[in-house]
Amino acid sequence: MGNDLTVRGKVAVVGVGESTYYKRGQSPDPEFVLLLKAILAACADAGIAPSQIDGFCSYSNDRNDPPRLAAALGLRELRFSNMQWTSGGGGAAGAVGNAASAIVAGNAECVVAFRSLAQGQFGRFGQGGGSRPISGEYAYQIPYGKISPAQSYAMRTTRVLWEHGISRDTMKAIALAAYHHAQNNPRAVMYGRPLTPEAYDESRWIVEPYRLFDCCQENDGAAAVVLMSAERARELRVDPVYVLGAQQGGPRRSGAWADNNTDYATSSFKHVAERLFAQAQLGPADVDVVQSYENFTGGVLMSLIEHGFCTYENANEVLTFDNLVAPTGRLPLNTSGGNLAECYMHGLGLVIEAVRQIRGESSNQVPGAKVALASAGPMVPVVSSLIVGNGEALG
Amino acid sequence: MTERNHVLPPGLPAPAPMRDGLDAPFWAATRRHELVVQRCNGCGGWQWGPEWNCHHCLGFDIGWTEVEATGVIYSWERPWYPVHRALAEAGPYVVLLVELPHAGGVRMVGNLVGDPLQPFEIGDRVRAVFEDHDDADTPFTLVQWERIG
Repeated sequence: MGNDLTVRGKVAVVGVGESTYYKRGQSPDPEFVLLLKAILAACADAGIAPSQIDGFCSYSNDRNDPPRLAAALGLRELRFSNMQWTSGGGGAAGAVGNAASAIVAGNAECVVAFRSLAQGQFGRFGQGGGSRPISGEYAYQIPYGKISPAQSYAMRTTRVLWEHGISRDTMKAIALAAYHHAQNNPRAVMYGRPLTPEAYDESRWIVEPYRLFDCCQENDGAAAVVLMSAERARELRVDPVYVLGAQQGGPRRSGAWADNNTDYATSSFKHVAERLFAQAQLGPADVDVVQSYENFTGGVLMSLIEHGFCTYENANEVLTFDNLVAPTGRLPLNTSGGNLAECYMHGLGLVIEAVRQIRGESSNQVPGAKVALASAGPMVPVVSSLIVGNGEALG
Repeated sequence: MTERNHVLPPGLPAPAPMRDGLDAPFWAATRRHELVVQRCNGCGGWQWGPEWNCHHCLGFDIGWTEVEATGVIYSWERPWYPVHRALAEAGPYVVLLVELPHAGGVRMVGNLVGDPLQPFEIGDRVRAVFEDHDDADTPFTLVQWERIG
């Protein structure tokens, strides 16, 4: 049945792990050590020795290269290494998909998708650096004070809200749901730091239309996911989480300079989501819980619409706090707290949370969750999205 | 002598033409207070930012065409939080995305001249204001925008 060339159901997540998550600058460990700890935790979760790993996939020009990791983890042989090019956190789900592809192709047997990011050690994403002359695309933006990621993407949100009459209340609901979920998640950096609607309303503008709580955190941490073939996964554990679909991409001229992408007011997910659901042989209504990458809440809003979880027309009605919280909401969203309130692990934490939901191990468990979606990097030139599920979802 | 008619304070990186020469005609034109955009000599397609080939017909014969320095506000944002030390006292300011309907709908990023809290909307017409930075080590000119009427 189906297409022999798909990854659907042929690969499973056998282990997930993360370092302790820190506010930026507060990690006692350097970035590479955070990553080793995350990978070791994922191997322990999978019940494998680190030496069984034979491949690595990452994204966003991660600084910790596979040969160094292979030596430090005692790999017998590094058979496969892969980097999804740049585009911020747009590769979080894509790295998992690339790992799955390598396994299906027979190029590796046990691949780790990882991301390590110590913004304290290496510099903040939210600060804009020096004063030396710049050229190329930057020359058309930075001299005008359009520098940071928030400033890079705020105008897309302005346009989407304006074109479709969508209320900023949707963004507020997305932020409040994330902080609500983080209060049950001891891993979350914002655990014990609830957010009230009043505090959201009173928070300062970072760049209109984004307030402080519309923006992701800046953190130190690392996360890792171990993938193996479905057959080997079933030997390892009773609850393998199958990859049902994994797609990446960018629409026409998504990388055009200075906001000249052809379809401007998009999170870049329209085609990716279509291919993803076709590959998974599912539709949006089949997804029990959604982990949607928050660089900014406006990006989540656009991602949810472009994945078909709501429409431009009904977004104001669907994207409410009550609908977005587990276990009672009809569209439980970012149930670990996500990039906003758990940790900005560049989206890989959202993949891990999708896996935990399918295993029934989330701190905000959606009862009976069989299918979970994790999307990565809205609005960046290349985005990616992933659907995982249990054996029942695989059919 | 400092030029205080600038939208943003001094200290941000200056734009420099690319070393491969791709966008030198644009920055040279701004010094003459002219707005130029790439246009394909083969198919007539407009494009922005500068590219080495035409993204419509894929040809390499691309020229630069002076266009009327007006446009329409396509989107905007208003930064308050300073992400660069030069901007510590600068906020809020407005960044515009300006569409040039008469040049194939290409879009340019610039600042809105004047009160950052002035009323304006997507769709408002704007005209370019060429902001000279003659005191810079290598003088340059930015393209800013002011509302028309």
